[in-house]
Amino acid sequence: MTRRDSLLFIFVGFLILGTGFAQSWNAALLILNMGLISAIMALGVNIQWGYAGLFNVGVMGFVALGGLATVIVSMPPTAEAWAVGGARVLFALVLGVATIGLAIFTHRKMAAGSRRNIAMLLLIVGGFFLFRWVFDPAVTGIEKVNPAATGYLGGLGLPIILAWPVGGLLAAGAAWIIGKTALGLRSDYLAIATLGIAEIIIFILKNEDWLSRGVKNVVGLPRPVPFEIDLQNDPGFVERAASLGLDPTTASTLYVKLGYSLLFTIVLLILLWLSQKAWNSPWGRMMRAIRDNEVAAEAMGKDVTARHLQVFVLGSAVCGIAGAMMTTLDGQLTPGTYQPLRYTFLVWVMVIVGGSGNNFGAVLGGFVIWFLWVQVEPMGLFLMQVITAGMADGSALKSHLLDSAAHMRLLTMGLVLLLVLRFSPRGLIPER
Amino acid sequence: MDYLNALAAIANYILVPGMAYGAQLALGALGVTLVYGILRFSNFAHGDTMAFGTMFVILITWAMQRVGINAGPLPTALLALPFGIALTGLVLLGTDRVVYRFYRKARVKPVVFVMVSLGVMFIMNGLTRFIIGPGDQRFGDGERFIISARTFKELTGLREGIAIKTSQGITVITAVIVVALLFWFLNKTRTGKSMRAFSDNEDLALLSGINPERVVLYTWLIVAGLATIAGTLYGLDKSFKPFTYFQLLLPIFASAIVGGLGSPLGAIAGGFVIAFSEVTVTYAFKKVGNYVLPESLAPDSLVQLMSTDYKFAVSFSILIIVLLFKPTGLFKGQSV
Repeated sequence: MTRRDSLLFIFVGFLILGTGFAQSWNAALLILNMGLISAIMALGVNIQWGYAGLFNVGVMGFVALGGLATVIVSMPPTAEAWAVGGARVLFALVLGVATIGLAIFTHRKMAAGSRRNIAMLLLIVGGFFLFRWVFDPAVTGIEKVNPAATGYLGGLGLPIILAWPVGGLLAAGAAWIIGKTALGLRSDYLAIATLGIAEIIIFILKNEDWLSRGVKNVVGLPRPVPFEIDLQNDPGFVERAASLGLDPTTASTLYVKLGYSLLFTIVLLILLWLSQKAWNSPWGRMMRAIRDNEVAAEAMGKDVTARHLQVFVLGSAVCGIAGAMMTTLDGQLTPGTYQPLRYTFLVWVMVIVGGSGNNFGAVLGGFVIWFLWVQVEPMGLFLMQVITAGMADGSALKSHLLDSAAHMRLLTMGLVLLLVLRFSPRGLIPER
Repeated sequence: MDYLNALAAIANYILVPGMAYGAQLALGALGVTLVYGILRFSNFAHGDTMAFGTMFVILITWAMQRVGINAGPLPTALLALPFGIALTGLVLLGTDRVVYRFYRKARVKPVVFVMVSLGVMFIMNGLTRFIIGPGDQRFGDGERFIISARTFKELTGLREGIAIKTSQGITVITAVIVVALLFWFLNKTRTGKSMRAFSDNEDLALLSGINPERVVLYTWLIVAGLATIAGTLYGLDKSFKPFTYFQLLLPIFASAIVGGLGSPLGAIAGGFVIAFSEVTVTYAFKKVGNYVLPESLAPDSLVQLMSTDYKFAVSFSILIIVLLFKPTGLFKGQSV
């Protein structure tokens, strides 16, 4: 990092501190926590784009898989649901995987021709119906178990911190499947394939109630930090808060948020350190060589597709970890709230603005853009109020403009992306 | 008789909606494929271009309805369509001037173009929501049905009716006209030929004195026309909601890739392949089974392969299969 880079980070620090002084410390810590998570997501995307030039438009899907991991790992298991159909669902899933495995095996072993095609078709269609035949009754059974409160299998009941690496693993698995199909083709195809998988992951989360309760949401996830109410009931904590001149409510919310900040900072630092190590290693140089000239790298004996797959899986895993952390912070999994704009394109803006190909740049971008994202809406509203100040109250145009202020974010983000790409494509902290 | 009823049910729930949806996808995929063939990038802003164009059409339609202009039994939107296309064309030309041209001159990698188109998508999406709002808009008027289910039942005495909405009829007819015009343009006119030449081999085309900027200009104008028509037809058939148009991007890309990116004929074929697979896989065949199978075998479940929520998964699966086994698509697209 140069002096200029450090100054930029200090500037962001001042922005957050300023929020603390001007608005409230809770708001500032909220921005800081989400900024940390955004920075990790940006780091993941930078591993794909900055290291290898892979264009992943499905960040949202990997983030959502991380969210799913928190439910699977940390929620208590629903004993009744497991009794009704747990084993059967697992068996169905095994059957599904076996079908696909057999199909791949047939494809490899049989000679090309119409016989192979027919065999594969029969295998897949038969496997699909078998899968549905085993799967459907189990799902109906599980979803009937107290649908208002559970109606799903629940999780493993483990500490939620464990969900973070598991989220990374889930995302890596999905990334491997996508990468296996779309890498090695034209670069656009990966973009389209990731766009698709992200939508489908969200559809699965919304519709497979047995897995994640769908749009009924999973609320009340366990937390790695204490609950505010417990702190407020703890006389020792209240005393210490009083000695700092804080009332117990504010003190407890701040304490909890600071706890999260600490955990997230540790994860960010570890990942940043690993990314820097990788960037400066021979592996990192090889990735850049491939990125800058695939043909030359291939001529030097590098397996371009395999390296691309590797880096794509790694980057997606980082996004998955960030996704699990975010759901932990929210304390609930709400599949309905995943929007591509918020979880894919915003992260891209972070990477491009911060500086693609520079890990510190991506982290900085994560903080800056998250800050803007939070603060642009009130600014937009303010702007609209200024514009409409001269208009008569109750006029249709005035109310329309005021209502539309919420959409300013889209416009601003698009504009920022285009302007940076055009005039400063190397970003705030350029690659070195 | 039961077989006829089953056929009628299939026609009503699969054939008719599949045709209309397929035509809409085909028009959308044609736009994507043209941009890919001539400007050489996957235009992620296409879905939102469709939304943008449709928004113009809707606004003009509302203005016309207010003044009292209408097209009798046909939807007023058809009268507004030419104006909508003109406005969208201007917007796209402006975008090209301000945004894309710089990167074209700089000869950047295709993936940077894709990213830029993402930025354009953002802005268009934001403007659409800003101007018309994120909610559902209905703008269809005129006769609702060419033939309603009840009329059909009375005419034929079948228990199953076939309903054909005006919007579905218009969609198919318009699509046929537009595609015929487009192919005539590409194959017979001088400009069309130069576009194809440019798409086949840029260097040779430049060598033979084709003006690239002119080719690009015509491409954007045609894309504006295709996108606006596709968007308006989709909006008339279902309803207009900006977010739905963004989501249409996936089936549209799937159609274009299944047919082979860069191949207009492929885009049309791809559109229908995707549309029919989507409709068939998500249709509950219980009714048909009840008619065709004997009582003892009649299905008690819905006989639905996948719930309708997964319709995008269908286009995605097809996309993946094509990428795995035939990455150039059914009709030999440009490059892999």
